Amino acid sequence: MPKLTIDGLEVDVPAGTSVLQAAEQLGIEIPRFCYHDRLPVAANCRMCLVEIEKMPKPVASCAMPAGEGMVVKTQSPAALQARKDVMELLLINHPLDCPICDQGGECDLQDQAVAYGKDRGRYTEEKRAVVEKDMGPLIKTAMTRCIHCTRCVRFLTEIAGVPELGMVNRGEHAEITTYVGKALTSELSGNLVDLCPVGALTSAPYAYTARPWELKKTESIDVLDAVGCAIRIDARGNQVMRVLPRLNEDVNEEWLGDKSRHAIDGLAKRRLDTPFVRRNGRLEEASWNEAFAVIQDKLGGLPGSAVAAIAGDLADAESMFALKLLMDSLGSPHRDCRQDGAALDPAVSASYRFNTTIAGIEQADALLIVGSNPRIEAPVLNARIRKRFLKGGFAVAHIGVAADLTYPAQHLGDGVDTFQAVVDGAHPFFEVLKAAERPMIVLGMGALCRDDGARILGAARYLADKVGLVKDGWNGFNVLQTAAARVAGLDLGFVPGQGGLDTRGILAAARAGDIGAVWLLGADQIETNSLDQAFVVYQGHHGDVGAQVADVVLPGAAYTEKSGTYLNTEGRAQRAARAVFPPGEAREDWKILRAVSEVLGKPLPFDSLEALRALMAEGCASFAGIDKVVPGVWGDFGENGALNPALGPLGSAVSNYYMTDPISRASPTMARCTLEIGGNAKARTGTDG
Amino acid sequence: MLRDEDRIYTNLYGFEPWSLKAAKARGDWDGTKAILAKGRDAIVGEMKTAGLRGRGGAGFSAGLKWSFMPKGEGPLPHYLVVNADEGEPGTCKDRDILRFEPHKLVEGCLIAAFAIGAHAAYIYVRGEYYNETKVLQAAIDEAYAAKLLGPNACGSGWAMDVYIHRGMGAYICGEESALIQSLEGKKGQPRSKPPFPAGVGVWGCPTTVNNVETIADVPTILRRGADWFVGLGPENNNGTKVFCISGHVETPCNVEEEMGIPLKELIEKHAGGVRGGWDNLLAVIPGGCSTPMIPKDVCDDVKMDFDSLRNVRSGLGTAAVIVMDKSTDLVAAITRLARFYMHESCGQCTPCREGTGWLWRTMARMEKGDATVEEIDQLLEVTRQIEGHTICALGDAAAWPIQGLFRHFRPEVEKRIAARRADAKSRVA
Amino acid sequence: MSETFLAESIQPTAFAFSEENAKAAEAVVAKYPKGHQRSAVMPLLDLAQRQEGWLSRAAMDVVARMLGMPPIKVYEVATFYTMYNLRPVGRLHVQICTNISCWLRGAPEVVRAAKEVLGVEFGETRSDGAATLSEVECLGACANAPVMQVGDDLYEDLTYESTKAVLTALLAGEKPPVGSQTGRRGACPCCGATTLKDKAGDHVAKEPAKPKAKAAAKPGKETA
Repeated sequence: MPKLTIDGLEVDVPAGTSVLQAAEQLGIEIPRFCYHDRLPVAANCRMCLVEIEKMPKPVASCAMPAGEGMVVKTQSPAALQARKDVMELLLINHPLDCPICDQGGECDLQDQAVAYGKDRGRYTEEKRAVVEKDMGPLIKTAMTRCIHCTRCVRFLTEIAGVPELGMVNRGEHAEITTYVGKALTSELSGNLVDLCPVGALTSAPYAYTARPWELKKTESIDVLDAVGCAIRIDARGNQVMRVLPRLNEDVNEEWLGDKSRHAIDGLAKRRLDTPFVRRNGRLEEASWNEAFAVIQDKLGGLPGSAVAAIAGDLADAESMFALKLLMDSLGSPHRDCRQDGAALDPAVSASYRFNTTIAGIEQADALLIVGSNPRIEAPVLNARIRKRFLKGGFAVAHIGVAADLTYPAQHLGDGVDTFQAVVDGAHPFFEVLKAAERPMIVLGMGALCRDDGARILGAARYLADKVGLVKDGWNGFNVLQTAAARVAGLDLGFVPGQGGLDTRGILAAARAGDIGAVWLLGADQIETNSLDQAFVVYQGHHGDVGAQVADVVLPGAAYTEKSGTYLNTEGRAQRAARAVFPPGEAREDWKILRAVSEVLGKPLPFDSLEALRALMAEGCASFAGIDKVVPGVWGDFGENGALNPALGPLGSAVSNYYMTDPISRASPTMARCTLEIGGNAKARTGTDG
Repeated sequence: MLRDEDRIYTNLYGFEPWSLKAAKARGDWDGTKAILAKGRDAIVGEMKTAGLRGRGGAGFSAGLKWSFMPKGEGPLPHYLVVNADEGEPGTCKDRDILRFEPHKLVEGCLIAAFAIGAHAAYIYVRGEYYNETKVLQAAIDEAYAAKLLGPNACGSGWAMDVYIHRGMGAYICGEESALIQSLEGKKGQPRSKPPFPAGVGVWGCPTTVNNVETIADVPTILRRGADWFVGLGPENNNGTKVFCISGHVETPCNVEEEMGIPLKELIEKHAGGVRGGWDNLLAVIPGGCSTPMIPKDVCDDVKMDFDSLRNVRSGLGTAAVIVMDKSTDLVAAITRLARFYMHESCGQCTPCREGTGWLWRTMARMEKGDATVEEIDQLLEVTRQIEGHTICALGDAAAWPIQGLFRHFRPEVEKRIAARRADAKSRVA
Repeated sequence: MSETFLAESIQPTAFAFSEENAKAAEAVVAKYPKGHQRSAVMPLLDLAQRQEGWLSRAAMDVVARMLGMPPIKVYEVATFYTMYNLRPVGRLHVQICTNISCWLRGAPEVVRAAKEVLGVEFGETRSDGAATLSEVECLGACANAPVMQVGDDLYEDLTYESTKAVLTALLAGEKPPVGSQTGRRGACPCCGATTLKDKAGDHVAKEPAKPKAKAAAKPGKETA
């Protein structure tokens, strides 16, 4: 614990702390460009120079370990002069194009130039011009603005594990470039824009659309995967202009996947902004009252046992809760939130959660991934696995279709037979898990959505006992969900009630004519031709496949347009906030359901969101505290029985990272990414050994 | 003048073959086993007493540097890295050691590696020395064949391997941490210190980096004893040194001389004197292009050692003496050096990447007189903005030659600027 | 040299090491500690360049695969070091140092001679592919300035005339003597050794220096 003095203040810091970090502990901010607390130290910008007594030259505080008895001056004339000196050199070749630069207003260089810059330039020679680089559809470059801090290179190499950027040439000809002018293939590439301290890398879809000071900023969470990243939604008027990550150490640190960041142009496409009613085989615009009248007419005449409901992957907990109560009041036990038919056991909450927690990954020492490709199912969570890998002493193995996970994972095989061998202790990796102090398994939807999914779950449960996945203070059993709605749906009991049918049963019964009406709450990934006979109400925000088979369409709100609660794959309750209003006639979903219940003469027992939430929390502890994880209850789950290799290799539930839901499927940007980068056809890189 | 019997490099000009047989006849590999038998601590102690200061330019005590290596054998192997990336303009001494005295270097590698607990040495030779590398490799092969290297080097029980790694054209790799990066297969971009190579060097292991001449000096020093070495040269600047004399002298050459030899004596005795006589001397760059120039009046009686040259605000550097007579356009000379530093900047850190280009562009205008007198102060300010603010010393090296020029010859530049202005005016009129 | 060099039409689609070089590459990799094969990137790129005459992107990619390196890290190395020729060069790669020691002793005359003989400017390759002329930084033979490097060989103590003679001979496919063109040994003073005289034997300077400079030299060294 060295003790040092910075600007006259004494501070004790752990050994290995840099002078810059020590200063931060005292609330002393030292300017920097290349330093970033999540990236390896480069010390190349030289902006953080400070004076340290007994040292002959100014010292880069980011790279200098705090030493016992050091006397540091961050505000001495020499230190300030050094910063001014460096600032001028940073600016000599930097174009003064701030008025047309998208970084303007949120630019580190601009801000620090105010503090340390001269009021006029002395450099009268020609400035450097650098050729633009093609980094793909998400990143717009203005490489002449680059100050060579290499944050982008370090992020892609270290955090993302996709080393496709480098600095070629040398001296003043040094420039950042991509892997042979190809689009970056990392799912985390959008973070480069946040990391770039200048306007060299800016968001391509957002280019020239808004200035930061025009935007209304709303703190929310992302729902386009089941990680629940903290985001900030920036809107102008009623349009979402961009989404940025917010800091949440427990979930996403400060990263965000490209889909979550850039699918937002899908929010303005193919929107359901008015109710529709099918007349003479065609969906026609209608008023709310007309739509409600049709629903009253069709549902009113059916017994509860002939009505069913399926919730989609983006549904907020409140609307699922309201729909569940509505189905109860209609006397229907047929409901399911597992539109993909995943073999998740709602009776044991720990059986479908990421129990280790995302931050907990950093404590693990062995990991087996089965039927999942976390890189495309949950890129931010995958980055946490990589982070753990980089610390060393972490054995990772993968059973499933081979893929570059961005860290070297031992590929054990792609079929259930390999998994069975591990479970039986016949595969050496069994011993690795067993010997580990904190072993982890991650089961993906690629495993659980199969016909033998319940048996795979059962086998994993068996393995948990055999290798000690669950022990004091440690639960290494994890299911990686891909749907933001899923854990809340399961916790709320949006699953078949007494005698009720699950998704597959509902569809079969609809085909057979036993179910006469189906309520789709944003459910699009089902076999919709099974619903030809039934009366279908589609409540949702996009004209995706669900709406196309509907008899009545009720326009709902997307996640940016309503206040809604979600449980992420860990079971962490988080709240999305309304940043803009739903378009046209569209309404918040719980309100729609409340209105329908009135029309059907079975009014739901709440009149406000607060009342709904109070009732919801009463019945389900998961919702008692926002931003908290209520640990899942461990127990027995899954089925015994032979796994079926004939069902093929264990794939990932996600085939195209960029298009997984109605919003991203409607997004032109995601379409471009699919075309130019490829959904999952990842170039193999040097990291996969 | 240094007596021949006190010379280390008795085959500096290649009058005799470089081969093991000839080298042994000159005294190389004599009693190496006995030297090693004294033990690590004794060798390091003897080297500290000898006070051999690094011959690559920085002049840091070799023995002291060795003593920073972890004691004993830890979990990580230790490495000796020999810096033969000779690239400082004016300097060509290591080349002659590589091609004419390779066995001094190979023997030195064994002793130095033993002294720092290393079983492997990597000699990083600049890529342009292709033919010299072939000689060195042949000498290493001879040493293996004679069991002077290998699992039981010289019968000492110490396992020793020596490898060559060729550079591919980057001055900056002469900086020890850039050299280490390059040896690891990366761009030669210097690392921040701390950590120092003795803690975290090549492949993350404790490493000592020494210049060729430093290592090649070692066997003779240990054979003849520290006292002999201390007896040569002024206090704290012990021993002999290979000087490279180039530029406007009658007979440019390399020559081994005693540290502290007066510059004038060095030039007149060995290089045939300044072209046109001593009075035709304008200035000398005394230690390779990074050291500031000194004008004739300083040259008249300055001595060639680390401390004497530091006292005249220059440095011994690599002891590459670049002589410029009165016909020299000093501004053009320094402009050429400014271009060199711009070309060789690795581009990693801001002041050097951006500043070296600024320096050259300004100097290029001044060479033509196309500048204002005020710009001289601005130029010097820019040199100070680079100096001391960079990761490695290349920034300093880029700044010093320009500072040296203006320290001694500012009026010449001012005259040139004035002349150009007058000329321009007369043409307008 | 911008990154576009990698996308140019001159790039071949494939590269493979010859059998002999593949073996040599293995030996190179073996020089470095296990797990640090990446250290071999520079020598392997050099090997590829020696095989093909220049370093293509395809060759870089092959080296990247051999060493398990991301290709971008190989491009970084290939573009950092000046001895990698990222475009084809002529049969003779004539590299002239114009840095201070050579400049002081007549490098501009060497340059003039080379441009005259080769008929190209710096950075250019003759249309017949016989030679490329490059300006380079210090070659590390300053006491034998001015110098030029052709291929792996240094030609030293050049003048306008001797440069012309060397290059004309090389173009004609002859092998002029490498090293000092005045015939002196190493970096020994040209008119005779001032030290180690007993070993100097008959290493006699071919170019008599001015009488004033001969004071320190052995009398016998001045003739020839």
